Amino acid sequence: MLTISTDEVARVAKLARIALTEEEVTRFASELDVIASAVAKVSEVATPDVEATSHPIPLRNVWREDIAGDVLDRDELLAGAPAAENGQFRVPQILGEE
Amino acid sequence: MAKLLSYEDACSQFDPVLGLEVHVELGTKTKMFDAAPNMSGGEPNTRLQPVSVGLPGSLPVVNKQAVEYAIQIGLALNCQIAETCRFARKNYFYPDLAKAYQISQFDEPIAADGYLDVELSDGEIFRVLIERAHMEEDAGKNTHVGGAEGRIQGADYSLVDYNRAGVPLVEIVTRPIEGAGERAPEVAAAYVRALRDIFQTLGVSEARMERGNVRADVNVSLRTNATDPYGTRTETKNVNSFRAIERTVRYEMRRQAAILNAGGTVTQETRHWHEDTSTTSAGREKSDADDYRYFPEPDLVPVAPSREWVAQLRRNLPELPISRRRRLREEYGFSAEEMRDVVNADALDVIEATVEAGAAPQAARKWWMGELSRYAKDHEMELANVPTTPQQVAALQALVDQGKLNDKLARQVLEGVLAGEGEPETVMADRGLEIVRDDSVLEAAVDDAMAANPDVVEKLKGGKMKAIGALIGPIMKATRGQADAGAVREMIMAKLNQ
Amino acid sequence: MSVDLTLSALDLAAQLRAGTITSVELTEACFARIDAFDGDVRAFVSLDREGALATAREVDEARTRGADLHPLAGVPIAVKDNMVTRGQDTTCCSRILAGWKPPYDATVIRKLKDAKLPIVGKTNMDEFAMGSSTEHSCYGPTHNPWDLDRIPGGSGGGSAAAVSAFFVPLALGSDTGGSIRQPGAVTGTVGVKPTYGAVSRYGLIAMASSLDQIGPVTRTVADAAALQELIGGHDSFDSTSLDEPVPALGQAVEDADLAGLTLGVVKQASGEGFDPEVTRLFAQTVERLREAGATVEEVDCPSFEYALAAYYLIMPAEVSSNLARFDGIRYGARFEPDEGPVTAETVMAATREKGFGDEVKRRLILGTHVLSAGYYDAYYGSAQKVRTLVQRDLDNAFARVDALVLPTSPTTAFKLGERTDDPMAMYMCDIATIPANLAGIPAMSLPVGCSGEDGLPVGFQVMAPARQDATMYRVAAVVEGVSDDVAGTCPAAAWKEAE
Repeated sequence: MLTISTDEVARVAKLARIALTEEEVTRFASELDVIASAVAKVSEVATPDVEATSHPIPLRNVWREDIAGDVLDRDELLAGAPAAENGQFRVPQILGEE
Repeated sequence: MAKLLSYEDACSQFDPVLGLEVHVELGTKTKMFDAAPNMSGGEPNTRLQPVSVGLPGSLPVVNKQAVEYAIQIGLALNCQIAETCRFARKNYFYPDLAKAYQISQFDEPIAADGYLDVELSDGEIFRVLIERAHMEEDAGKNTHVGGAEGRIQGADYSLVDYNRAGVPLVEIVTRPIEGAGERAPEVAAAYVRALRDIFQTLGVSEARMERGNVRADVNVSLRTNATDPYGTRTETKNVNSFRAIERTVRYEMRRQAAILNAGGTVTQETRHWHEDTSTTSAGREKSDADDYRYFPEPDLVPVAPSREWVAQLRRNLPELPISRRRRLREEYGFSAEEMRDVVNADALDVIEATVEAGAAPQAARKWWMGELSRYAKDHEMELANVPTTPQQVAALQALVDQGKLNDKLARQVLEGVLAGEGEPETVMADRGLEIVRDDSVLEAAVDDAMAANPDVVEKLKGGKMKAIGALIGPIMKATRGQADAGAVREMIMAKLNQ
Repeated sequence: MSVDLTLSALDLAAQLRAGTITSVELTEACFARIDAFDGDVRAFVSLDREGALATAREVDEARTRGADLHPLAGVPIAVKDNMVTRGQDTTCCSRILAGWKPPYDATVIRKLKDAKLPIVGKTNMDEFAMGSSTEHSCYGPTHNPWDLDRIPGGSGGGSAAAVSAFFVPLALGSDTGGSIRQPGAVTGTVGVKPTYGAVSRYGLIAMASSLDQIGPVTRTVADAAALQELIGGHDSFDSTSLDEPVPALGQAVEDADLAGLTLGVVKQASGEGFDPEVTRLFAQTVERLREAGATVEEVDCPSFEYALAAYYLIMPAEVSSNLARFDGIRYGARFEPDEGPVTAETVMAATREKGFGDEVKRRLILGTHVLSAGYYDAYYGSAQKVRTLVQRDLDNAFARVDALVLPTSPTTAFKLGERTDDPMAMYMCDIATIPANLAGIPAMSLPVGCSGEDGLPVGFQVMAPARQDATMYRVAAVVEGVSDDVAGTCPAAAWKEAE
């Protein structure tokens, strides 16, 4: 049976960009373990011959014509931002990729 | 600075394998998933709809034109067009990624299994196999403030503009390119150039490298023998000029060869090209690289282009660059070298238009590759943007063909045209540059010159024909260069024999 | 004439049309009642008096001019706090969106505005619609008007409580695994999850995109039909929107009869885990439907046993991606880390740690794990297969029956705090509602009686094939006809405002 260790919770929390506390990592690991065992149930019936369904109602080729519409008001948009400067969203320093 | 092996040694000891991932921004009117205008430039954050900036509750809707462009690219690259394909979410966090996922295609691209024949400088054709071409969206742009000017390292903070976010992209991925050997750098650059030409021919993108419309990720690995399994590769991101692509491959070959030669191992990593130092350097390790948690985009439904549509697009494909070049080279009688220079100068379109306007191919080539290329270079502009038209160049050449202008005068007329003085005829008339045909005027000038230089006349009479230049000089001066040198010579000879 | 807020929306609309009350009077009456009692119920998290009254005045003026108005024009409505309303707080009841005023309107909001329904305010919910009790809200829990010590269901407990307490006759909810129907069941109200794609999701802050659907919360089946007709229809801004005309739902309610209809009782939705009183009222209602002319058959949907498990893979996976955009950069709150360097990355992680509550974080971790390298096939891929199996079971069932009937919630409203420490017990609330979300079919809950044990309302669920919302309404209208009035017996009906 698949289980979720504290290491896995810590790894996944990093991927999900959540700075979980150690207490949370431990607690979530035990709670999620219960859930993970329960959901492991699906493998009982999800046999290779069954096709996966990603959309409840099958539709295809939904698209729009290439015609420009209205744009958002920048001031209104930036008013909702945590920090803005010179018409842009201001963010703390991004660690370099170079 | 890393140790490098000489290029020759690198090639003699190792076999390079390349992989290229090329992104092209499509020239649609609107973005990939919303109706915000797709335009470069402009005030930051003014070309946004809720989807472009990832507002909560917003939902993507596919731009049909972008799908059409992607199919056209796939067809031009001899790919199979999927009967049905889907979008997926590629999840990762970065400030310029508005939704914290990029809508892309993962296991079901719109086009796959194609190839592109690339013509090298000596006319050799190298076939590059295409693994896939898929649709996706661009991210926004971060500007770094403080610290070293504009650099991410040491910046105090950054500003994000999402205008570019959601611009439609097609990403074209090659299969491993083997067998290029020492020509690997050239093949890489020629391949991307060939793609660029296709994008422009199809009209799916302006495909301006310098504006980042086309960006290449360059994968390079080395192995000792062509029969060995692939070596460890590096991926140099966002190289955006043909020259830089060529130099990136060359540099990575030399760098990796030095490592392998010293018994070391190449690290699989992302690298960055530095134009200033002509080197690459390792990127920062990303902890969540390769765990993008792809899954089918639930907000979009499958794209299933009808076979009729695909067939129609196939029928309407324009003539592609490589066959057009072959055809025109034959029609124009250009040498392989001439054609290569024309193509490299992006002069084929204007030359073709000039020929269509009536000029002889070689004459058209001469103007565009000579005077006009120099003008473009001096003024730092694209050849296509110099302030004259192929029709004007053809009209100018017609004046030469009619004997109204000689080469020197024609260049002066062209100067006038470029300076905005009007059509060639007009410039010629206004500047009074037409070759003097009036025999009486010419005769007077000849008589004056002969009278003023009796010693020269004597020499000529004595058979020393080299001296004729001493007469022609003053005659041309008197007619301000507008006399036909041949006619002058004939007239002098006639008078000597009288 | 004084305003009687215990009337249905359609009755109030008739009074507006007749001119016996004005929309301003009606809207003011709603606010007066909210002012008097919402301190106890806490159904609303923000109110828009100015906006609502401005709309009401417009309606009254237009009516005086004899202008053509929508039948529901002037009837006040409440909206769950996960639908974006331009310039009005839209927070999903999360710290991470505290104070955010969207620069655009959801399609349903635009439709309400076009039809001139005064939008009274935004209602409480479990944070980002994750929960079955409205206890996971950054604003604190909503209380069930039937018993203020009990939960109003979730995640749309605020909308259900607002309608149940007669604060407003109409509300909108959103249903991902039962978030309209389960609150409907435990507050004695009508809650509808339309066919997936029947109502635009544009502007609904996504929880799980392939499951979410907006729907009506009302006290009568006819009110729900009228509201769904208003908010439904094709929307070019939602790629999953059905490009079909809105069915005549009100007509289906008026024409309601069961002649020639076969109803299927789902075998799997009974027995273990279902409260005896829930089972008794369900059986009683089925018996009455049989008497009213329906043919009743038992149908077997074995995949339903796996539906909950599949849901708890698909839902958190989509949640983990949909909620990734809340990173403290473009909107909402930003928190800095308590220690260590302040970078874009650490600020994102601190914002998400401090901005999200426990239940959201739990699902983000689970969903990220589900999608993470190496687990996709075993988890998400398998869950999507269960979805196929559920659809197959339903296809088989609907080949024999016109609609399915089953209880909505296994129990009546439980006490506040009773299950907050036991996520699995909480998740069981959705066992009978989830299959409809997985399959995209329409489903609604309506009250059929009160438990003989605790006197609390019990819900009855009707499901129909995809796109057959009209059939669902037709059956539900008959169910309503054979059941006692439940909504009207809510203790809140007796609450009287101080003179």
